Amino acid sequence: MTKKIEAIIREEKLDDVKAALQEIGIVGMNVSEIRGHGRQGGISLAGRSGTYKVDLLPKIQINIVLSDHNVEKTIKTIRESALTGEQGDGVIFIYPVDEVIRVRTGERGKKALMYEGDIDSR
Amino acid sequence: MQIDSGDTTWILVSSALVLMMTPALGFFYGGMVRKKNILSTLNLSFIIICLISVQWVLFGYSLSFGSDVGGLIGGLDFLGFSGVGPEPAKIAPTIPHMLFAAFQMMFAIITPALITGAFVERIRFKTFLVFSLLWATLIYDPVCHWVWGPGGILGADGLGALDFAGGTVVHITAGFSALAFALAIGPRKGFGNATFGPNNIPFTVLGAGLLWMGWFGFNGGSALAADGLAVNALVTTNTAAAAAGCVWMILSWLDNKPSVLGIVTGAVVGLVAVTPGAGFVSPLGALVIGALAAPISYYAIKYIKGRNLVDESLDVFACHGLGGLWGALATGLFATTAVNAGGVDGLFYGNPSQFFNQLGASFLVIVFSFGVTFVVAKVLDAVMGIRVSKNAEEAGLDISEHAERAYS
Repeated sequence: MTKKIEAIIREEKLDDVKAALQEIGIVGMNVSEIRGHGRQGGISLAGRSGTYKVDLLPKIQINIVLSDHNVEKTIKTIRESALTGEQGDGVIFIYPVDEVIRVRTGERGKKALMYEGDIDSR
Repeated sequence: MQIDSGDTTWILVSSALVLMMTPALGFFYGGMVRKKNILSTLNLSFIIICLISVQWVLFGYSLSFGSDVGGLIGGLDFLGFSGVGPEPAKIAPTIPHMLFAAFQMMFAIITPALITGAFVERIRFKTFLVFSLLWATLIYDPVCHWVWGPGGILGADGLGALDFAGGTVVHITAGFSALAFALAIGPRKGFGNATFGPNNIPFTVLGAGLLWMGWFGFNGGSALAADGLAVNALVTTNTAAAAAGCVWMILSWLDNKPSVLGIVTGAVVGLVAVTPGAGFVSPLGALVIGALAAPISYYAIKYIKGRNLVDESLDVFACHGLGGLWGALATGLFATTAVNAGGVDGLFYGNPSQFFNQLGASFLVIVFSFGVTFVVAKVLDAVMGIRVSKNAEEAGLDISEHAERAYS
């Protein structure tokens, strides 16, 4: 079975997380800049005079699709590399994926998911 | 007197410096609005250069500096710059008359551009064009004549108020008109609930830096000669800006962290405050003027914004209205004939009456600017509408008024 991992992390942690994921053999991912907030709620920024509140903060969302049995290992890696211990470290969602199709070749399923030498092919 | 090439050169350069201040102001303001309104905000300053340059040549200069009519307005003798040529200007006998008129044109341009900070993000562009022409003609030109024109009721031939480079003519008129217009147009949609964060603080820093540099022409050029007085004006200008920037940094630090947006705002407020006194006060006088200007504007913004009293969007009233008023009054305190033999002494130099001259002139200009602007804005609102529709405001003025996007 195939799963999608959607990890929302701090902007400044992207490089650490990316390096840690590469370390365990994750080749394919996509990353987007998003804005949002969780329990942290937002922050106060210094304005011209006094402060003003910003409730949507810039965050990074990483999407990874991989096989079931690699999910826990990946979650552990993301958590370890994205952690500061402060509020605002982020959240990870896991979804089931129905099908994977590679555009260039039309391959489906496990074949479409794997890259040579990546975590799923090991 | 003869044309002096040194004086002429300096005022030519100063004219260019002051012209640069208007697009610089566009960047200063443009950085502080939301992303969807940055082009609109830049354009409000830029189009003013085009608009008022034409108005000034056609009739604005004549209304300001033409032969006096009752102390209130200039006559029509210089319509279309007729009779304004290479001969020495009466008012500045060592430079060509046309250069004096061109230098003054740059002041007439930047003043209505200052007001735009009050109504950004919601102004109807077509109405803005009409408003700016009316404002320049009904407020700037008369007040300029009162203070600087031959026979004007507030200047050397009248009340005797001092205004070296435009504390009353430029900053008080613009600042109090901004307040009146903000009250007439009403707040931006969501004001008080939503956060209107700045979209590009680096643009604001760039704008402030260019304003600071341009101000050397604004105040230094107002000596109308390349002499010791021009040097004094340049040094007082720089000193007041620096002091106000430092004090603003401290005030901001006390509230949170030392905000960059705050520091550059402080410097601009210092520049505003020293404008009327630049050629009458000493560098140390300017230091005090700048240092005290910062808390006045800082706490005014905090009070106005904190209570959502009026959506005076980019704090034109707090920075230019109050900064200009403080500067005009402070000139009545710190002016000294040791700096400018052609000036007068202020209260701290044994002449308390000058303070009251400054107070009287400021009061008249405040009432006139505020009142006329409010009436003009209300009339324009009834005739053609001063703000865009709710949908246009939500979409942003770049798209709805100009069919353009700043970034794609």
